[in-house]
Amino acid sequence: MRNLAAVLFIGGLGFFLFVLFFRLPLGAPPLVAGAAILEEGGETVGAANLVTAVLLAYRGMDTLGELSILFAAATAVGLVLGRRQLVVSDPEGGFILRAGSDLLFPLLLVVGLYVILHGHLTPGGGFQGGVILAAAFFVPVLARPRRGLDHGLLSFVEGLAGAAFIGIGLWALFARDAFLEPLLGKGVLGHLFSAGTLPLLSMAVGLKVGAELAGLMTSLMEAEGRES
Amino acid sequence: MLETVALILVILVLSAGVLVLCLQSLMGAVVAASVVSLGVSVLFVLLRAPDVALTEAAVGAGLSTVVLALGLRKLGLWRIEGDRGEAHALVPTDRREREDA
Repeated sequence: MRNLAAVLFIGGLGFFLFVLFFRLPLGAPPLVAGAAILEEGGETVGAANLVTAVLLAYRGMDTLGELSILFAAATAVGLVLGRRQLVVSDPEGGFILRAGSDLLFPLLLVVGLYVILHGHLTPGGGFQGGVILAAAFFVPVLARPRRGLDHGLLSFVEGLAGAAFIGIGLWALFARDAFLEPLLGKGVLGHLFSAGTLPLLSMAVGLKVGAELAGLMTSLMEAEGRES
Repeated sequence: MLETVALILVILVLSAGVLVLCLQSLMGAVVAASVVSLGVSVLFVLLRAPDVALTEAAVGAGLSTVVLALGLRKLGLWRIEGDRGEAHALVPTDRREREDA
């Protein structure tokens, strides 16, 4: 019965994808509301990447809601798994895992920070970069489970980033009478220091998501170590 | 050309999706699910949505695979064998117990 439902779902997905590819001209956006944003978004917000402009400038409030959903999820995981002192019984990873994690850590760190800092210029932004950052900090834990991550520091970074996001929003509320309105001038389209407060907001989102997900994955892993 | 690439990707994604159902090993099913996400993220690039593709690759293929694998460990359906670093064999728990018996 369960498999039947899943097969039906996959059939529907396949039908949808095939229709998408044979009916729609590939790459031509059939947009109505998006066309207006595409037209004026670059000039109004000053961000070359319009997706980030929508996420942080037009609909910054929705991003705040998204962050609180993630916060609630991470809190729930922490509640369920408990905060007792854990004895990690996982063995140290083999040579390949350890060497691979040493190589991957700086690379992932650079890629994550790049994606966060260039969120208003190139595809990506706080959320994607944050997930990559979380992966960067989780890979060494996977190789050396005994070392672990400092959960207190992670919560501190997470709280600081969340407070910074709301603080920038409140600053805009007092300066311009609108919550999360972009401030600080638009700058030159396509430059690193442009689009006003958008890079700052994206950095806050990235740090918050990264700290949250790294803490979540590490506590999931430590919870297993306790019981086996 | 682009249609051909897309068609190959769609077939890959669909067969990986069927594989998720058919595989006996739960860990294999998790990996097949991450292949689905990877194929879909390339499809998003072809549809000119690099932002969504990046999210799908990071969250769908990376994060959710890790969370599912850790969930399997937590449920005792999959565990890392051996107490020293060198001897890691990825064997499902039920098969290991059968071999023990």
